Order: sequence, then structure tokens, then C-alpha cells
Amino acid sequence: MRGSIRTRLISAVAGVVAAALTATACGGGDGSGGGGGGSFVRASWGDPQHPLEPANTNEVQGGKVLDMIFRGLKRYNPETGEAEDAMAESIETDDQRTFTVTIEDGWTFSDGTPVTAKSYVDAWNYGAHLDNAQIASYFFQFIEGYDEVHPADENAEVTADTLSGLEVVDDHTFTVRLTEPFSLWPETLGYAAYAPLPRAFFDDHEAWLDKPIGNGPYKIDSYRRSQSMRLVRYEEYAGDDKARNDGVELRVYTDNNTAYTDLQAGNLDLIDDVPASQLANAESDLGDRYINQPAGIIQTLAFPLYDKDWKGEDGAKLRRGLSMAINREEITAQIFHDTRTPATDFTSPVLGEAGGYRDGLCGDVCSYDPEGARELIEEAGGLPGGKVTITSNVDTGSHRQWMDAVCNSVNNALNDTGACTVNPVPTFADFRNRVTGHEMTGMFRTGWQMDYPLIQNFLQPLYYTDASSNDAGYSSEEFDRLIDEANAASEEDEAIEKFQQAEEVLTEDLPAIPLWYQNGTAGHSERLSDVKLNPFSVPVFTDIKVD
Amino acid sequence: MGRYVVRRLLQMIPVFIGATFLIFVMVYALGDPVSALFGDRGPDPATAKALREEFNLDKPVWQQYLLYMGKIFTGDFGTAFNGEPVTALMDRAFPISFRLMVIALVFEMLIGIALGVITGLRRGRSLDTSVLVLTLAVIAVPTFVLGTTAQYFLGVEFGWIDPAVSPEARFDELIVPGLILSLVSLAYVTRLTRTSVAENTRADYIRTAVAKGLPRRRVTVRHLLRNSLIPVVTYLGADVGTLMAGAIVTERIFNIQGVGYQLYQGILRQNSPTVVGFVVVLVLIFLLANLLVDVLYAVLDPRIRYA
Repeated sequence: MRGSIRTRLISAVAGVVAAALTATACGGGDGSGGGGGGSFVRASWGDPQHPLEPANTNEVQGGKVLDMIFRGLKRYNPETGEAEDAMAESIETDDQRTFTVTIEDGWTFSDGTPVTAKSYVDAWNYGAHLDNAQIASYFFQFIEGYDEVHPADENAEVTADTLSGLEVVDDHTFTVRLTEPFSLWPETLGYAAYAPLPRAFFDDHEAWLDKPIGNGPYKIDSYRRSQSMRLVRYEEYAGDDKARNDGVELRVYTDNNTAYTDLQAGNLDLIDDVPASQLANAESDLGDRYINQPAGIIQTLAFPLYDKDWKGEDGAKLRRGLSMAINREEITAQIFHDTRTPATDFTSPVLGEAGGYRDGLCGDVCSYDPEGARELIEEAGGLPGGKVTITSNVDTGSHRQWMDAVCNSVNNALNDTGACTVNPVPTFADFRNRVTGHEMTGMFRTGWQMDYPLIQNFLQPLYYTDASSNDAGYSSEEFDRLIDEANAASEEDEAIEKFQQAEEVLTEDLPAIPLWYQNGTAGHSERLSDVKLNPFSVPVFTDIKVD
Repeated sequence: MGRYVVRRLLQMIPVFIGATFLIFVMVYALGDPVSALFGDRGPDPATAKALREEFNLDKPVWQQYLLYMGKIFTGDFGTAFNGEPVTALMDRAFPISFRLMVIALVFEMLIGIALGVITGLRRGRSLDTSVLVLTLAVIAVPTFVLGTTAQYFLGVEFGWIDPAVSPEARFDELIVPGLILSLVSLAYVTRLTRTSVAENTRADYIRTAVAKGLPRRRVTVRHLLRNSLIPVVTYLGADVGTLMAGAIVTERIFNIQGVGYQLYQGILRQNSPTVVGFVVVLVLIFLLANLLVDVLYAVLDPRIRYA
């Protein structure tokens, strides 16, 4: 009897041990030898939200990789943000509408196949086509025939397979016809969605997604989804910005606090997002290895202009009053440790004066003036129902903290502790559903990260009548007219001036309050030098040197 | 015994269906995940519609559930938004979390039971009191505080471990995270064992064993410990499921890409195939662990019989 009990106990224990050993065996086998020896940059990474395809990426983590493995027609200068020719030899037009694109000879994809005009046309047709459900397909909306391959109405049928505005002339030339004049269109072509795609992408899509092939300064050596990616320098790269290191090892971190700790412990070389909780220490921890510089991101508070309480002249007064009640200086310093800059226009400092950024354009409306705020709001008949709310998702960022601070600021200015309250929404998805469903009754957060460093990108998608991200439901004939004129202008200076006039209309109507420009933050180890962030707050990996 | 196990397995079916349906409804109730895929930009209606069709989000919830369950039995757990089959995510995540769980469980069993027996036999002495205070402290301090403190001192200050676990998540890398994960349960196991041992030392059969003149070690291990383990085993069994799912905090701190990480991502991005798929497997593990516990009762105490 005793013996049999012992046997049973032993077999139970043995079972557990065996299971444990099996589990270990599963994981231990496929180690890639790890270690980024040599002159590899070990950098933190986040799991991309979508499969890595040029036209299916709209967030910074996937964009980071696309920027390393692809070069399109243009590239944005990492320092000035200006669009410079990359693969393009020339992009010519007489009427701002039909463009002839000539690409440089000698470029190859990392599988050895040459990059031709067809590589572009095929890629763009793929990106635009509804059946491929690409998140960023709207980038092709300016090209003639977009409505046929990607009807705007959700019940309409696709009536064409390819964009009628694209035509291959020869191996190195193709033409693009837009639906209407857009003088700055060539400058949008640095965006990743416009990258060329190799034949392999279409021949074996699954295999390509497992290990994407591009024509950029790096090629992917190995990719383990949601874990890590190893990129090595592409020796045949034809561009000017060849990599100055052997490669980059991107490691997925589930929490950027851990990445920061790993940087401190010397196991990581580069993080491109210093966690909010460490901002106060970053300067003393890292010294000049802490980078804090402007990025093309602006945070605004929009109003539901579709709600009767916010309409008309009184509504505009209310909006101006609320804007003046917010102490931007104090909030950016105390909550964000100067990683935000109080906003004084609707664009971003990364555009530079030449690109259309104008410091102080918003004037008194965007500066803190509690007295003036109180007067304006009283003139308008007080807040609707005596109070206002701020709505945002609170699952990421430090949204909760700054919303509380903004509300406090408003309450102090109005001498009413109940004037402003925060309405936190648990998830981003839920928040966006409410915003796009026009369910807002008070102020709500509208952040904008630019797609390309052009003033047009800060205005048209956000405030043009029925534009894709016009969450406020704003509509102004004058604004629309000025945008149209700007797009049709043949000279860049003229275009930018028109855009700025349109922006002045915004400061009058104030469909949204500019809050602050967001900076990119980064930190790196002593092994690295020449680390900088581009206007998209992504590290310029090709320039990094490893000691 | 065999019939008992079969009956228990059959009972799992309604539990399984109920649990998965609840999770499904909960994820569904969070709202439409598709618009979040477009970031701060308004969704393009046609693309959004195509995506909803692809993920069956355009159908009523009961129909989605039936479609989903139908596919599960063929081994198809659907696709996550990043284009990967959910089974591929599971393949990666479960072995890692399982290893972490085993390490935590071993710590709980070895240290927890040992401490429990020692303190149970020495009630009221200074060792007993100090262990009690220590377990109280461990229970009171949140895991993320313990975890980040350990990570900072062991990883950055002393440099004994790497603060982040590599994607392979080797056994030696998981020892510290496993210990952190096990700490709270370990404290409970210690307290449970201690109480149980303390109670049983006064039981008749122990007196009999001592009176028979059995050696002290034999009395403690064979008679006292085995009978005292029943509540502890119950606790450990329930803990298996909790450890696998509850590792979210620990996995985040130490950058372990296990079940907790995938669940967290799934919830954040409202990806129902990921969330429901992982929960389905967790429910199964939980049920099986409980069955194993019930079967183990008979091993520990032959008086317990199954009809």
C-alpha cells in the first residue's frame, strides 16, 4: 500500500518535471547567437501595429523600419526637414497637375533586382486598391483614378484595377496625373507609403512580409515578429546616405521604462522615447546623451462644432476665452519637463520659417490671460450649462495628467472649481469611435503627427471641409478657398503665403485650440556618437557611429 | 477514478463555453476596434468596411461567436491585426509564460513549504515571528515596486542580471522574474502550510506515530507533512492559472514577451481574436490544473475516494 502511494506521487512529480523540460526545450533551441557585437546599434523598438508594408503603416514604429529599408523618390533632410531628391532624378511639371518622374539609374532592391519605374507604379496601384485594405491608401487620393480603385462610399464597387493617372513611359520614367493642381505634391513623396516594391512582394506576399525586401541603406537580416529585428548595411545601396555602422538590432520593449533601465545597465545603446516618469532624471542620468528636440507633432483641443452650444459668434468667443484660460507655459514646464513647447500657431517649428511656421501667429488668443478669458466667456453668456469637459483616451501618454492641469488652469481663471472636468476614456479605440461618431459635447484631444514636413499637412487634412481628420466638423469657405489657391500656386513661396493666410482664418474661428508642440526625446549609450532625431522624432540610424 | 475524471472533463464543456462567451461579449462591448487602426486620422469608410468584413466585425455578436468557436475546433484562432495568426502568437508566448510559471511554482513549493513547516513546528519563537512579519511585508508591497526595485539594484547597480529578458527567455534569465512573480503566492503558501502544520501537530495520529517510537523525521515528513499539504495543494493548483495570466505586471517589468504581454497588447488594441484566443487557452489550463489538484487529493490522503 505504502509503495503504491509513493509510486503515484513520484509519477505525478515526474509528469510536472517532464512538462517543464519540454517547455524549456521549445524555447532554448532557436537562439540566433544574440549579441550585437561589431559596430551594431542596439536600439529599442515597439511592436508595429500592422504588417510591415509601405502603404499599410501609419505609426512611428513600423515607419522606423520602412525608413531604414526603403528609399523613395524624395527624402526629408534629417536636419532641415526639406524634401530632397533620393531616387528621383527629376520631377517636372508645367501645370502643377501632370508630373513626369525620372528615376536614377543603378538602384537595386536587396534581392538584387533593379528598381524601375514599374516598381513604383505597381506599388502605388497596390497601395491604392481597396481590396488590399491598406491603412494609408489615402496618400494616393490625389492621383487621377483613385475614386475608381478606391471609392469613398463604403457601398460602392471598385470599377478599375489600376490608377488611370499612372503611366509607365520607360524603365526610368513614369507620369502621374493628379485630379487637381497640387504644386507641393512632389514634396510629399518622401513619405514611406510612396516607396517602390520589388517583384517578390507580389509574387510571394507572405514570404515578403516575413522578411521585407527594400532598396534602402539597410536590409533585414532576421525578423522575429514582436521580438526583434536585425538589420545589416546593404552594401549595394545606391543612395548618398550610406550607413556608417554595420547594422542595427531593434529589440521590442513592452515598456519603455525597461528600455531605459537596460540603457542604464549598458545592454542597450539607443532609446528614442524617454519614459515620462524618467524625464525629470534623464538630464542628470545621461547628460549630453539625452536628446530633447522639436518633432512634427502638435497637440490641440478641438471643439464639437456640430453641437449647437459651440456654434455662432458666441461659440467662437467661448473658444477664444477657453484658450486664454490655459497656462501653457506652466503645464509644459511642470508636467512635461520642457519636452513640450507652448504652441503659438497651428503648425510645428520643424517646418522652419521658410516652410511656413510662424511664431506667434495665434497672438493673444494663445497666451495666458485669465482676466481676458473671464471677460470673453461672460460676454458669450458663460459656458454652456455652466461647465465644460475635456475628453481623451488615457491608456497612453500622460494624457490624464495634462488634462487635469488644463482643467485646473481653466477653473482658476474662472474662479469656479466646477467649471472644467476631465472625461477620461479607457482606450484609444473607444475614444476614436466617439470622436469620429461626433459624440463629443465639450473639448476633446486632437493630436496630429505630420506625415510629411509641409505646412499643407498641418492644415488641409484637419480643417478643410469634410477632410479625413476634420474631427471638429469645421467648415469655412474662406479657409477652403485659400487652401485651394495655395495648392494651385506655381511658386512655393506663394503657396506658403496662402497657407499662412488660411491659418489666420483659423486663429479667428478657432475650431481647435493649439496647446503645445511635442518634442522627440532620446537617450543613448557612450558607445554611440552622431545620434540625432529627424523631424519625425525617429533616430537617423545611417549617421550613427559606433565606437 | 477513471469515471470521475471523465465526468469532470465533461463538466468542463459548459464552463468553457460560458467563459469564452463572456469574454467575447466583453471584448465586443468595448466597441469598434477598426477606427483606432487609423490613428489620429479619420478612418476611410471603404477600407474600414473591408477590414470589418475581414475580421467578421460587421456581423452580430452571437454570429461572430459561433463563427469563432467553429473555427477554434479546426485549430484556427483567427488573425491578429498585425497579420499574424493568433496561433503563432500563442506558440511564442505560452512556452515562455509556462517556463516562468514553473519557476515561480518551484519557488513557491520549495521555499514556501519549507518555511511553512519550519515556522509551524516552532510556533511563537523568534524565527516564526520574523518570517510572519516578512510575509506580511511581501503581501503588502505591490509587485511592481518589488519588481522594479529588484531590477534596478540587481540589474543596474550590481550588474548581476540583465534588466530585460531576451526574446529566447532562457531559464537562467527567468529566475529573478520568476522569484518576483512567486513572492506573493510564496507568502501565502508559507502561511497556509504553517497553520496547517501547527494544527496537525496536535492530531491523534501524530501522537500515535510518536508513541509508536517512529523517528522524528519520519513523523514530520510522512505523517505530518502529507496531511498538512491538502490546503496548500489546493492553493497551488488554483495559482497555476493565476500565475500564467497574472504575470502581466512581471512580464512588463522584465520585458518578457509572454502571455501577459500578448493579452495586454490585445486588450489595448481591442483585438478580439487575440484576447479571446489567449483566454480560451488560459481557461483550459485553469480547468486542467484544478482537475489535477482534485486527483492529487487521493494521492495525499487515501481516505478520499472517488465514486
